[in-house]
Amino acid sequence: MLNKIYDWVDERLDITPIWRDIADHEVPEHVNPAHHFSAFIYCFGGLTFFITVIQILSGMFLTMYYTPDIENAWKSVYYLQNEVAFGEIVRGMHHWGASLVIVMMFLHTLRVFFTGSYKKPRELNWIVGVLIFVTMLGLGFTGYLLPWDMKALFATKVGIEIAGSVPFIGEQIKILLAGDSEILGAQTLTRFFAIHVFFLPAALLGLLAAHFVFIRRQGISGPL
Amino acid sequence: MQRGKGMKFVGDSRIKASHKMPNVPKDYSEHPGKTEAFWPNFLLKEWLIGAVFLIGYLVLTLANPAPLERQADPTDTMYIPVPDWYFLSMYQLLKYEFASGPWNIVGAIIMPGLAIGALMLVPFMDTTKERRPFKRPLPTAFMLLSVAALIYLTWESVANHDWELAERQGAIVEEIEFDMESEGYHIYAESSCIGCHGDSFEGGMGVTLVDTGLTAEEIADIAVNGTENGKMAPGYWSGTDEELKILSEFISELKSD
Repeated sequence: MLNKIYDWVDERLDITPIWRDIADHEVPEHVNPAHHFSAFIYCFGGLTFFITVIQILSGMFLTMYYTPDIENAWKSVYYLQNEVAFGEIVRGMHHWGASLVIVMMFLHTLRVFFTGSYKKPRELNWIVGVLIFVTMLGLGFTGYLLPWDMKALFATKVGIEIAGSVPFIGEQIKILLAGDSEILGAQTLTRFFAIHVFFLPAALLGLLAAHFVFIRRQGISGPL
Repeated sequence: MQRGKGMKFVGDSRIKASHKMPNVPKDYSEHPGKTEAFWPNFLLKEWLIGAVFLIGYLVLTLANPAPLERQADPTDTMYIPVPDWYFLSMYQLLKYEFASGPWNIVGAIIMPGLAIGALMLVPFMDTTKERRPFKRPLPTAFMLLSVAALIYLTWESVANHDWELAERQGAIVEEIEFDMESEGYHIYAESSCIGCHGDSFEGGMGVTLVDTGLTAEEIADIAVNGTENGKMAPGYWSGTDEELKILSEFISELKSD
């Protein structure tokens, strides 16, 4: 049955080459923890992606309750945390996932660095990886404001000031992020929300796609 | 590949009707070493690792609910800001003399910018073919030094932050009803108490005065002599004994429900 469905689709769309590219490739011995336990360091990248998927899913569910305006943002998070069924777990996973993804990404970066995997011909993928790192930090920074509690507001105030101290274009960056050169308020919250759920995830998905296409093209780096 | 005359397509699409790639997995037996297929052999093992990781992740989440402080109050100038932990190293950097005040740009832009820029340019600075970390001591040493600096700065930041005060400043305090026209509140507002304990007893530098569970006498004693643990120093009270009596009775009656 499944084979027939596959063949029906394959006849029309010729999906076998795509399937071969995505799934049917060899996993060399030196990255397989089943053969060498020390190869678990090669899991960090995959786990980073795993948490990213969880972040996207839990974030989608959070937006079902979250309201990005200064009157209701905190109240909606409080409600989500204390009243909604499993709301505490979904928010908890998003909260802890944000930290875990940074930890895993950091470990993955160190693994790639110390195994020298960024060397020719993989320079471009290293650069894409650093951009992913920066995007993730941006997601962490913008997401921190959204609950609109004390730590969110005042940490963001400091962050916006730092962004404002960039030479020449600091003021413009500040206004772009906060919506105003002085006030950190309603406009800032909606902008951070938009950046956190639309702009940065879009950038992240593009970068991740490039990261994975590069790996598929070049294969994983050889043993040391 | 067959081209031109005689080519057959599926309908009017560009998909060829014949000579399609057979749907048979590659044979990895000829690959060197213990290579195995990603699908499905290796993916199943990956799922196992993912599942173990997910269990730890869920335990962490269930044991530690995500924190939520009280609603943002932009007028509260006493609150000491602190970013999420992965920005603490940058935050700490801004506290040093060479990276703050007139040199703010050093700590805020130049040093983080250099760090990210250097990280991005690593493949173009370390261009030898050698991959083993001990065979290329300079890159390895630089990276270890950077990681050590990150850990040190984060550690310093955590050690210098008053987490107890932060918890008090951020705690969600139930708003209580009290008579702002009462004599007790007038005395409170004119004394130095209000500076640390807040306009509506919500706390700030000091603890909240709602639900203290103390008697009027105990409160009067703390106002004059400070607390036993030394968190509040003695000598803040400067009014008369009569005012102290009214004030301490007023505070002992502040209850949230």
